[in-house]
Amino acid sequence: MTEQTSHPLLDIKNLGITFSTSTGDVEAVKESSFSVMPGETVAIVGESGSGKSTSALAAIGLLPSNGRISGGQIFFDGKDITHIDESEKVKLRGNQIGMVPQDPMSNLNPVWKIGFQVKETLKANGLPSSDKDVSRVLEQAGLPDADRRARQYPHEFSGGMRQRALIAIGLSCQPRLLIADEPTSALDVTVQRTILDHLEGMTQDLGTAVLLITHDLGLAAERARKVVVMYKGRVVEAGPALDLLRNPQHPYTKKLVDSAPSLASRRIQVARETGQETDELLAERPKTEIQASLQHDFVQIENLSKVFKLRGAWGKSEQFTAVDDVSFTIPRGTTTAVVGESGSGKSTIARMLLGLESITRGRISFDGRDIAGLKGREMFTFRRRVQPIFQDPYGSLDPMYNIFRTIEEPMRVHKVGSKAEREKKVKSLLDQVQLPQSMMARYPNELSGGQRQRVAIARALALNPDLVVCDEAVSALDVLVQAQILNLLAELQSELGLTYLFITHDLAVVRQIADRVCVMEKGKMVETGSTDAVFEDPQTEYTQKLLAAIPGAGLMIPPEAA
Amino acid sequence: MHKYENTDTTPSPNEGITEPTRERLQPEAAEHAVAGNQKDLPGSALAVEHYIADIDETPVAATDSTVADEAPLSLWRDAWRQLRTKPTFIISVILIVLAVAIAFFPQLFWSEDPSSAECLLQNSNGKASSGHIMGFTAQGCDVFSRVIAGTRASLTVGLFATLGVVVIGGIIGAIAGYFGGWVDAVLARLGDIFFALPLILGALVIMQLPAFRENRGVWTLVAILVLLGWPQVARIMRGAVVEVRNADYVTSARSLGVSSFNVLLRHIIPNAMAPVIVIATISLGTFIVAESTLSYLGIGLPPDVMSWGNDISDGKDAFRSNPMPVFWPGLALSLTVLSFIMLGDALRDALDPKSRKK
Repeated sequence: MTEQTSHPLLDIKNLGITFSTSTGDVEAVKESSFSVMPGETVAIVGESGSGKSTSALAAIGLLPSNGRISGGQIFFDGKDITHIDESEKVKLRGNQIGMVPQDPMSNLNPVWKIGFQVKETLKANGLPSSDKDVSRVLEQAGLPDADRRARQYPHEFSGGMRQRALIAIGLSCQPRLLIADEPTSALDVTVQRTILDHLEGMTQDLGTAVLLITHDLGLAAERARKVVVMYKGRVVEAGPALDLLRNPQHPYTKKLVDSAPSLASRRIQVARETGQETDELLAERPKTEIQASLQHDFVQIENLSKVFKLRGAWGKSEQFTAVDDVSFTIPRGTTTAVVGESGSGKSTIARMLLGLESITRGRISFDGRDIAGLKGREMFTFRRRVQPIFQDPYGSLDPMYNIFRTIEEPMRVHKVGSKAEREKKVKSLLDQVQLPQSMMARYPNELSGGQRQRVAIARALALNPDLVVCDEAVSALDVLVQAQILNLLAELQSELGLTYLFITHDLAVVRQIADRVCVMEKGKMVETGSTDAVFEDPQTEYTQKLLAAIPGAGLMIPPEAA
Repeated sequence: MHKYENTDTTPSPNEGITEPTRERLQPEAAEHAVAGNQKDLPGSALAVEHYIADIDETPVAATDSTVADEAPLSLWRDAWRQLRTKPTFIISVILIVLAVAIAFFPQLFWSEDPSSAECLLQNSNGKASSGHIMGFTAQGCDVFSRVIAGTRASLTVGLFATLGVVVIGGIIGAIAGYFGGWVDAVLARLGDIFFALPLILGALVIMQLPAFRENRGVWTLVAILVLLGWPQVARIMRGAVVEVRNADYVTSARSLGVSSFNVLLRHIIPNAMAPVIVIATISLGTFIVAESTLSYLGIGLPPDVMSWGNDISDGKDAFRSNPMPVFWPGLALSLTVLSFIMLGDALRDALDPKSRKK
């Protein structure tokens, strides 16, 4: 080891960042230290609010105006950049430190062409910025037909293409350090994989160091050599990726390793392949199989299609087939997952089953009755038996209703029980979802995401439904909270004999909770079967691709095999 | 205190992945960790130290256990907490309460009944004196008493026109936004037609219609202002409803079996009201001004109704010799309008959805 290689590119020492808010100063980052060597990929993992993005933004001098560095030092290439002035920071950005922001949907200016936005970056850093250079940069980021693409506007790009364009902008000036803030969190898993593969290739070619910020420990461990775990503004553990994963020391890291769905899913897979039992399978197979034999066709979906009419020019309507000839059954007391990428039509199936969307062709029968024929009173009774839980924990509760009123509403609408009985039921529901009863008087804006999702579950259970449709019910939650909610759902299933239809894009979650799985692609069902069968022996290429895209492959090899 | 651990790495036979063996070192030693092999960086010879924060210093809380300690807050209570310390809100509320009190019980405030035979021509255009702090009009009436007495008409027009606009505009906007499609198209065009008529000009024209000309009075004026003023509220309500309509809590209410009408009434409208309330307080001011303008032009309230607009109109002929009978009702008008606009501003800040705590 020579002296030069031991010299870190980015060195953060005892960093403290304080935000001044209306309720006083909040210390978002406390005494955090980590370093990035030249050419090295380092991942920062943590839940939302752990200070991971804030630390990275401090390095590039882009803290929000109410935030300030209140302690410690930041060294870039040996130079103290903690308190340098704005003009020096500008010099640093772009050609020394590049940035790929989180949300590809909002980080490109919609009124400028992609090419112009790349050119802007090149110009700002004094690099040649002819049209040729622009298309070269875009091509390097993996955008085919770059000449034409450069003349398009952001809205003509898909999410993955936008992220590629942002990576092109971030890397266009060949910075020595690239900060990638959740670069693929908003994208489908297969797109995530190709983009990260490409990013890895590019940064390796250029010798760029990468600071990857992510909430997925599996992803971090797969992509980075070194992982930094942050919790409540502090670095709680840092070390080599594999070491951290296999031998976590800090209780928080232990919890994280235990809960990350991608890792859990891999562990289940490994356990099954080696013929071991694992308690991470939340779906209770033996019991559900007995129930399944009782009523196998609880929900029967036959040749279901949904065609949307899109309004075209001059009143002509175009047809768009969102769901195309899909058939599957949901046995009573089991969990069936519908998996697919965005736009695969999975949510449309859920909405049709909930009776919120009309059926174009085919039929859905629920407990032996065709739901399309339900009218008035019968529909009302049907709604009582089928309840939804939605994705967005911030949008699924009426902000004007307190928690008691929210959970009581289904019972009031269906005129169940007297006022006192309803109050008793609300209290017992809160117990079931493990929320304190004192929560009743609170309003949704005071609750965390996980707590809101618990309230949504309690509301869904208020009428003792038979079928609960979970539309991406855990996708918006932090890893640990997600694991908790999944456990809760599994517990409630075994207690109450619930049937779940689980709509999700996350195969890792499917592995943990589902008995059966249907894989959808562009409105069509490409594969269906028991979860074990689909995971162990995927028949179609698409499923194989999806499975391979779960991060953390090869990391979960049991210690004795490694 | 932190513990530093060093990974003294040895290449693993199967994978080429490092398998760490631990050995505690002094912090200084760990700063310069010893080299090892890494599969993804074959060229570099760098080991990564394994750092663990002191567990006592970084305790792990139970996942998702935070419960706010403060009293529960709804949107409105949250807004109230913000508002009660705001000077603009406090001043405007004091002025509005005063104006409303004057409108209800003018006799508590005036020194003499301005409509009685107390107006003596000998006092015509008289200067301010004790008991008559604002002087006299050309007719010899006490200006102060007339300003007090005029409050009721002006405020009635403003309040009821606003109420009418909110109810009618709100209902039309909510229906347009909720049902969409052709209902929305028809209602939006209808609103556009009324939008195209300027308030004062439209009122001027309508007042000329025989049916209105013969029945001049507070309620006729209110009806005209509502007729011309509803599209603004309807537009804002429509926008707010469209935004709320697709929220997940609306979908979950629908999948509960709540009827379409009840979803609109119980979930959508309460959540769409905030911008409407703001615009209502602001337009209240403009309606009071419109009443004065129309009365000034001689087509608003009939001359026998006392209002600020009528007083300003009456005083304009003698404005050069005695401006005070115009000035005082004008000041009362400005203060009232200002306080309503200030209230609207304060409400807008407090109810702004963007500033709402998530």
